[in-house]
Amino acid sequence: MAVASAEKTARPTRKSRGNFFTLQHWWGILWVLPSLIAVMVFVYGFIGWTARVSVSAWKGLLADYTYVGFQNFTDLASDQRFAIDVQNTAIFTVVFVLGCLGLGLGLAILLDKGIRAEGFYRSLFLFPMAISFIVTGVVWRWLMNPAQGDRLSGLNLVFDKLGLDFLVNSWHGTPTWGIAAVAIPAVWQMSGYTMALYLAGLRAVPESLREAARVDGASELQVYRKVVMPLIRPVTLSAIIILGHISLKVFDLIIAMAGKQVALDVPAIYMWTTTFDGFFFGRGAAIGIVLLLSVAVLVIPYLWYTLRQESDT
Amino acid sequence: MTAKKVFRFVAVLLALTLVAAACGDDSTSTTDGDSTATTLSSGGADEVEVFSWWTGGGEAAGLDAMIAVFANTDPDITFVNSAVAGGAGTNARAVLASRLQANDPPDSWQGHAGQELIGTYVAADQIEPLNFLYDQEGWLDVMPETLIPLISDGGNIYSVPVNIHRANVLWTNPTVLADNGIDVPATLDDFFAALDALKAAGMDAPLAMGEQWTSMHLMETIMLASMGADGWNGLWDGSVSWDSADVTAALEAFDKVLGYTNSDASALSWQDAGQLVLDGDAAFNIMGDWAEGFYRELGMEPNVDFGWAPVPGTAGLFQFLSDSFVLAKNAPHRDAAIAWLTVAGSLEGQDAFNPVKGSIPARSDGDRSLYGEYLLSAMDDWASDTVVGSLTHGVVANDSWKSEIDSALGLFLLDRDVAAFQTALVAAQTASG
Repeated sequence: MAVASAEKTARPTRKSRGNFFTLQHWWGILWVLPSLIAVMVFVYGFIGWTARVSVSAWKGLLADYTYVGFQNFTDLASDQRFAIDVQNTAIFTVVFVLGCLGLGLGLAILLDKGIRAEGFYRSLFLFPMAISFIVTGVVWRWLMNPAQGDRLSGLNLVFDKLGLDFLVNSWHGTPTWGIAAVAIPAVWQMSGYTMALYLAGLRAVPESLREAARVDGASELQVYRKVVMPLIRPVTLSAIIILGHISLKVFDLIIAMAGKQVALDVPAIYMWTTTFDGFFFGRGAAIGIVLLLSVAVLVIPYLWYTLRQESDT
Repeated sequence: MTAKKVFRFVAVLLALTLVAAACGDDSTSTTDGDSTATTLSSGGADEVEVFSWWTGGGEAAGLDAMIAVFANTDPDITFVNSAVAGGAGTNARAVLASRLQANDPPDSWQGHAGQELIGTYVAADQIEPLNFLYDQEGWLDVMPETLIPLISDGGNIYSVPVNIHRANVLWTNPTVLADNGIDVPATLDDFFAALDALKAAGMDAPLAMGEQWTSMHLMETIMLASMGADGWNGLWDGSVSWDSADVTAALEAFDKVLGYTNSDASALSWQDAGQLVLDGDAAFNIMGDWAEGFYRELGMEPNVDFGWAPVPGTAGLFQFLSDSFVLAKNAPHRDAAIAWLTVAGSLEGQDAFNPVKGSIPARSDGDRSLYGEYLLSAMDDWASDTVVGSLTHGVVANDSWKSEIDSALGLFLLDRDVAAFQTALVAAQTASG
């Protein structure tokens, strides 16, 4: 609502073209210029350069820009390690996004019910987000120690002491699904953030609508399913986009938890090792471009949708 | 505040953040380890920047000992220790690669003697020949003959080796072996028999292993045991084909050995894996002889708390690796770098470095009174054994080849399909050729 009204008041000045080149506007442009140039060079310039390298034969320490077409990309398509990367990313994304949405919504609904000391709990759930993935990774590496037998430790030891032996597992050492264990700390870290998003969404739902539904005889579950959820659908969409692009780019968390191992490989790690350990710069750049495109597939329709909605109001 | 003032305030704030970010980057890229490196200054002979991946354990202590010697011989030169942490130096090499591409070389850096240096830095014309220094210091007379061809290319010597490490060492827990009545295995068959006996006695994983690079280390020693020196060397000079039956047999032996390793290997560093042997959770660990430096730092007694032998099937073979320092082409402080290299190759420097790091000097005239029980045995073996190179530690294959083998190995650890692994290894040779 606030955005929409600001938009309306801003319109008249935007339309009065005659005033556009006032001194103030020149100042504005001047101030923005450094970051504009920095973004052009360091973001778009390097995207262009990476795209160029991705169609080159560059292998070794020295640059080699010999054009090889889409060779690097077709090689990736038949690369077994890259196939594992894609599979791991898919599993990680599903567990991470669904985990965050479920946990975030649950916490938000509980807080929205008017719990005492709400501010305390809100901060408590948000705090993990202030930590970097590296720190999270190191701590959870200990918690999720996969050692078996006499050397049980971390969560496995807790399970064992509580008599919950069936829960003892090898975490990220599990074949195929190990990457799902790595997603758990990521859920822990980002579900508070998702909660904050949902809480803002819930607060924006007018109480009168819920009251009306209750008067009409809707159960509490129906109030949420039929009234609240449809109204906060844009929040869910935003959360999916934000969480989804984090999961596509995940790197630090895995490195901190499990180091470099093909079992838990993702495109970002493959890109790094093949480029800097093996000096396959062409292949590394190709992986970078694939990553960029996959994030773009997620983000661009969202941006387009948001911009169109804004221009409609 | 008016809107305009707020806007200006925010803009200034943003500009400051940019400046702060730029400064922050500088300091993180150059400070790590003990010495505090200031930002890169240009010119001047009063400092030397030396790049390595020695940040912990016996490695860092050894480097510090050699820096102390350097401080005595060249008190006017500030030593800038640009060490980058990360298993087996992979992180450090990534940083080094980007610095070299940016034409911002450190004066000198650590590199494994062999193809890692020649295939990467000599091929890219990044380092200077050091023949003049060898002539001037008389090093050719005191360094092993077998070493010189490996650190040379086209008659030019490119690095100063400070130490020799042995890769094919089997570390044992003498108490566990004695309790189970097991002799230290001498052949691969003995090894499997010992592992089976320990498993039958209730030890889940008698052979300790760590993260993925340590499994490559295990692989190269088992392959050497299975193929012998000629077979192993042939793989790298092209005289033995990667799809031969000998390779199949070697990989099958490796596959079998993996069956005795711990399930949490991927979560352990090499130190963690070595600790398993000390604690009696495992009986064996195959690791390079830097493990001995680690054990001694923990106060362990050789032949009491830990024992050693060549990896079963590799007696009489010395699978070596050597850390060496190079002189960067266009080194910002060339004279200071040469002064550093002179110390690195000197008897005093090597005898300061090696006893602490847990390695033997590359020079043959080391002071034997300085070295412990294990190192003296290694010095004797170095003098008498057939010398072969290590894969994991950069002697036999260049970085590209090694990284392709690493990918293939990672896939193999997942599916344990020997035939597919061998196919991937054949492809690795072509892809990196």
